Order: sequence, then structure tokens, then C-alpha cells
Amino acid sequence: MSAATHETEHHTSLGVDNRKLLMWIFLASECLFFGSLLSTYLIFKGESLSGPGTDIFAFEITSISTFVLLMSSLSMVLAVYGAQHGQLGLMKLMLLCTILLGLVFLGFQVYEFKTFASEGLTLSTNQFGASFYILTGFHGCHVGVGVLYLSSLLISSVRRNGIGKETPLYIDIGGLYWHFVDIVWIVLFTVVYLIPAY
Amino acid sequence: MATATDGVGTVQAEQSKVWEWLTTVDHKKIGTMYGITGFTYFLISGLTALAIRTQLAVPNGNVLSAELYNQFFTMHALMMIFLAIMPMGASFFNYFIPLQIGARDVAFPRLNALSYWVFLSGSLILFSSFFLGGAPDAGWFAYAPLTDAKYSVGSGLDFYCVGLIILGLSSLMASLNFAVTILNMRAPGMTMMRLPVYMWMTLVVSFLLILSLPIVTVALVMLYFDRNFTTNFFTPETGGDPILWQHLFWLFGHPEVYVLILPSMGIVSEVIPVFSRKPLFGYAAIVFAGASIGVLGFGVWAHHMFTTGLGTVPALVFSATTMGIGVPTGVKIFNWLSTMYGGSIRFTTSMYFAVAFIAMFTIGGISGVMHASPAVDSQHQDTYFVVAHIHYVLFGGAIMGIFSGIFYWWPKMTGRFLSEISGKWSFWVMFAGMNLTFFPMHFLGVSGMPRRIYTYDEGFGWDDWNMVATIGSYLIGVSILIFLINVFRTMRQPATAPDNPWDAPTLEWATSSPPPEHDFDVVPEVHSSMPLWTNREMGIVTPEAPEGLHIHLPPSSYMPLILAIGVGLIGVGLLSHLALVGIGVAISTYGVWGWSIEPTD
Ligand SMILES: [Cu+2]
Repeated sequence: MSAATHETEHHTSLGVDNRKLLMWIFLASECLFFGSLLSTYLIFKGESLSGPGTDIFAFEITSISTFVLLMSSLSMVLAVYGAQHGQLGLMKLMLLCTILLGLVFLGFQVYEFKTFASEGLTLSTNQFGASFYILTGFHGCHVGVGVLYLSSLLISSVRRNGIGKETPLYIDIGGLYWHFVDIVWIVLFTVVYLIPAY
Repeated sequence: MATATDGVGTVQAEQSKVWEWLTTVDHKKIGTMYGITGFTYFLISGLTALAIRTQLAVPNGNVLSAELYNQFFTMHALMMIFLAIMPMGASFFNYFIPLQIGARDVAFPRLNALSYWVFLSGSLILFSSFFLGGAPDAGWFAYAPLTDAKYSVGSGLDFYCVGLIILGLSSLMASLNFAVTILNMRAPGMTMMRLPVYMWMTLVVSFLLILSLPIVTVALVMLYFDRNFTTNFFTPETGGDPILWQHLFWLFGHPEVYVLILPSMGIVSEVIPVFSRKPLFGYAAIVFAGASIGVLGFGVWAHHMFTTGLGTVPALVFSATTMGIGVPTGVKIFNWLSTMYGGSIRFTTSMYFAVAFIAMFTIGGISGVMHASPAVDSQHQDTYFVVAHIHYVLFGGAIMGIFSGIFYWWPKMTGRFLSEISGKWSFWVMFAGMNLTFFPMHFLGVSGMPRRIYTYDEGFGWDDWNMVATIGSYLIGVSILIFLINVFRTMRQPATAPDNPWDAPTLEWATSSPPPEHDFDVVPEVHSSMPLWTNREMGIVTPEAPEGLHIHLPPSSYMPLILAIGVGLIGVGLLSHLALVGIGVAISTYGVWGWSIEPTD
């Protein structure tokens, strides 16, 4: 009986929850957003008239921050696992882990930007600088939004009147966003940092 | 407080009425607000067009200065596209998506309200530029490097960037909402291939916006950075690439054309079968044609750029894809004509506008295919021929379709019929006016008159046709006046419209006119693509409302309004002082927080 009411409550034509479908379609939109930024970067690649180019990259440091972000995806997977299997302790711990790893990644990015700026690469130095900062900067903003998003999920899963029985769904949708932001970084890391290195 | 003595109650009732609209999450109310706002901007934008035509009526006109002229033609386009046609489309989307698919509301009612309020704040920011140091004046496509801070000194182009980013955000949220609603909230039995064609076109439009808005957002952000934060994305002297702007802009701009026209195609696909008393000819063909227009629409953008020196192979490819997109468009036209063929046609005003849509859109479509040839296009580039083309598509197409929809759905939305006699007057005056205005522009273009010039000398042979075009534009103005009088007189009549006055087959006609707040007493079950025609002897198929009907509706919320004010303040801050951005972020944060903790049932 309770199963039947539960089903009518959440009945949708495609069988996917509305909120989850919204996130999927939104991520499609985000693909075009990062696609446009990345195309801009590639169009201007090697077109620098002056100033530092891709040789400015400190490859090892960015590899470490990439590893950190990859690990955050792992902890996100575990958080979703915990939410879906009723292990709320694991879920909260892993959410916290993901948030902290995201913050560490952002710290690396701030450090990187500061170093580059001190080495003379700014928004106005050349096309490489402008398109690099705007591309990776927007990715950083997405990580930042993700950190806030996951934090609010963590807080509301702790509060008594929080997301309650819909926790697995909310964590799942948050995970979709987080993994997407990670995948974007893997593409950026490959195209921006890895390929010029070889 | 004179009113305090004679009735605090009325004042409070008034206030709660305003509060009700400010906090509503009802798709019908939000649709109404979109419609009224959109039509207001349609009137304002029409006035700018009249000023432009007055300036051009005779050689060496001196009604507008060159600066004001540039602002007027730029804002005419921006307002018509983003503040008039798109919101009027969104108005019908809002109102009729749940009604046509048999749902009680859209998937995310509060997000829907947020879309409207963010639209309003973005539109006010864009419009206020007129009074705050000059509106954008570089054309709606804002080609670089003209938009560079060096050549566009005022803040008009900053208003352009910030306004369009905010309007894009609003459209994105609305489109996500519509797409999820159509995909996921259909009544039992309403399969995708039983959706009304209008819903299919809405779905295609939503996906076009979802996939094209992020591209122009990136371009606008880069332009804003160029103007304010010393980057050089589009300035050629310092290694920037003005052609990149054109690519990014038209990657959005061409799908945007379909965003404007597909809703009207959907409306016409509803209207023509109803008034021909015949099912739509080739439902599947028209659906797939619409969907393939949406897909192909992303592969034709460079036909706007033939004269930039693309090279032979890209020019050929984009020429071929552009001609190719004429095929599904032609399929639709043949489907509409075949629907009318052999039908018993009722010539209502709505049908007049629908038939005029087919004829006028075909003219615009044909001149569009002419521009698909790079050789022809490079002759027509930047002449009045292009102006004639887009106005046949957007006025003869989009606007005619919207008017067809207004006359068709007015009884459903208000319970009152617009006057048919007055309606036909407004139709004929508008039809004559638009052809007088825009057809001569073909001749002007071919005889070499460039677009966007604020005046011209005598002796080029342009004088007569310009005068004709100006007379035509005033006729359009008269037709709009006739329509407005019709609206005001109609709204003072008693509401007499029955549930299904046109004997139409789709679900919105299965509920009362105007619909109750919960749309349907009982969500109907659907067995065909024309539910109200499948069982005609039974009349409307919805079962009786059960005893003690209680339908749970989402509570109203003021958080969308708060959040939109926050977003608007961020926009204002980007145009004035960064401190305001901080306040805007704070208010938005409060809005998001309040949004996420307020109860939704
Ligand atoms: Cu185009």
C-alpha cells in the first residue's frame, strides 16, 4: 500500500525524477559553455604576440591538484553509495571529504594564478593569458559553486527538517554535477596542460 | 490617507491582490505576466521602428540624430527579439504546456516564477540604457571591433552584455523547466507521438535555447571583459579576432531565428486543422521536420559570414546546409496546405492570420534560400534586401503566428471572444501595412540602399519606395491600435465563452474557459493525438469531478522575487559600482537559502 502511494507521488512520464532530468539537461548546456571557452582557447593558441606562453605551466603542481580533484570524485561516489544504502555516516563523511578536496583544488588554483601573475601573465598580457584565465577561471567558479552546493546538502542532511527521505536523490543529483565538473577538468588538463608538454 | 476612512478592507484587498501576483507560482498567471510585459515592449519597440521610418521617409530626414538613430535600430531589434517575441512565445508556452499535456502545472513552479522575474529585471536593465547615457548602438549582433571600448565610448555596450546575459539566464531556466515538463509530466496515455505539434515545437525551441545560450553567454562575457578588464579577445591590433565574435554570436544567432519562428509554426499547426475541420496532414512528418530544423539549425551559422572570407570549402558547405534546411521547412508548408485542401474551412480571424503566416513566411523563406548562395549573398550583404527578408520571416512569420494564437486562445485565457469584425479589420490593415512596408525594401536593397544608414541623399532612386515603406509602417501602427481597442472593448464584455468554442481537438479545450487554478478537475486519459475528436459524440471526454475534490497546489512564494532582485542588483553593480554586486550576491544568497528551506507542500 505504501509502495503504491509512493509510486503515484513520483510518477513521471520517463520514469526519471524531474530534478534529476533537469540536472542532466542543464549539464548538456554546460557542455556547450565549456566547449565555447575551450574553442576560444584553442583558436588563440600559439597566437601570442608577447609575454609568457604555455611554458609557464608548472606541470607537477597541476598534476597534484588534478589528482586531488580525481580523488574527490571517488569520495563523491562513496557518498552516493552511502546515501543509497542507508549508511548516512559514510555519506556525511564522504561529502565532507569531497568538499575539502574541492577546497584544496581551489587553493592550488589560487596559488597557480598568483604565481603566473607574478611571472607576468595577466588578462591583458596576451591572448593566451586572457583565454587561459577565463577558461580555467570559469572552471574554478564551477568547483566553487559545487563546494557550496555539496556543503548545503551536507548541512541539510544533518538538520532534522532537512531533505529527509529524499536524501539519496539529492546526493545523487549533486554527484552528477560534481562528476561533470571533474570530467571537464580532465578534458581541460589534457588539452591545456598535457598536450603542449609533449 | 483619504481611503482609510471609506474602506481599509478594499485597500487591503488591493494589496493582497498585488501580493498574490508578485508571489504567484501559477503557470497561467506567470504566462499572463509574460504576455503583458512582452506586448508592452512590442509596442515600445514598434514606436522606435515608426521613428526610424519617419526619419527615412524623405531624403535627408532630420527627425533623429545619427546617434539616436543607431540606438533606435539596435534597440528595435533587441527589444523585438528578446523583450517582445520571445516573452510572448514564453507566455503561450507557460499558459498552454500544462494544459495541452494534461498536467496541473509546470515541473518547477517556483523556477518558472524566477524565470519571469529575472526576465523582467534583465529587460529593465537593457531598456534603462536609453536614460542612462545611451542605449547600445552597434546593431543587435554587435560586431567587433566596433564594440571595443575604443570605438563605443559610452556604456551602451556594457548594458548590452549585462542585459543579454541576464535575459539569457532567464531563458535558460525557463527552457529547462519547459523541457522537463513536456518530457516528464504528460497525462496518462499522452505518448510523445500524441503530443500536440505546438508542444513538439516548444520542446525543440527549449533545446535550441538550452544548447545555444551558453555559447553567446561566453561571447558576451568576453566582450564585457574586453571592455572592462583589459582583455583583447576581439581587438585585432593586439592579437584578438573579431571573426571569433561572429562565429560565437551566429552559433547562437541562427538557432535564435528558429527560437522566434518555431513557436509560430506550432501555433499555426494547431489553428489550421481546427478551422479546416480536418486532422493535421502528416503529423509525423511535421514533427520530424520541426526536430530536424532544430538539429540543422546548428550547422548553418556561417551563412551570415560569407563576406568575411571563409574560404571556398566552408562557404560551399554552409551554402549546402542552408539550402538543405529549406527542405524540412518546405515539408511543413506542404503539410499545412494539404491540411486545408478538402477541409471545410472556417475563416475566423485566427485562420486569416494563420494563412497569412504561410504566405508571408514562404516569401521570407525564399529570399532566405537566395542568401544561401554565397555569390548572391555577397551582393545582398548589408543592403535593405536583407531587412526585407528578416521582416518577412519575423513580422510576416513570427508576429502573424502570435496574432493567430492570440485570437485562437483568447476565449480560453479570458472566457471572452475578441470581436471578429474588428479582428478582420486589424488583420487586413496589418497585412496591407506589412507588405507595403517590407516588400519595397527588396527593391531598395537591389538598387543598392545600405542598411543602418540614418539618412540618404536624393537622386539615388530610393525616394519613392522609402515613402511607401513609411506609409506602410504607419498602417501597421493603425492595425495595432485597432487590435488594442478590440482588446479593451472585449474585456468589458461578460465572459460567455464555452469550454471548447472552436471544436478543437487538444486538451486545453477540455477544461473551463478560463481554466480553474488546478487546470483539470480530473487529469484526462489520452488515447490519440486528438483526444477531443476521438469520441466526439460523447463531447469532452473528461470524467465528472469526484465528490469532495481536493487538489493540492504548490504554495505561493516570494523567494523567486527576492532572488531576481538579487540577480538584477548584480547586473546593476556590473554596470555601476562593484559594491552593488556584493549586495546583490548577499540578497541572492538569502533568496537561495530561503528557497531551499521553505516548505513546498
Ligand atoms: Cu541564419
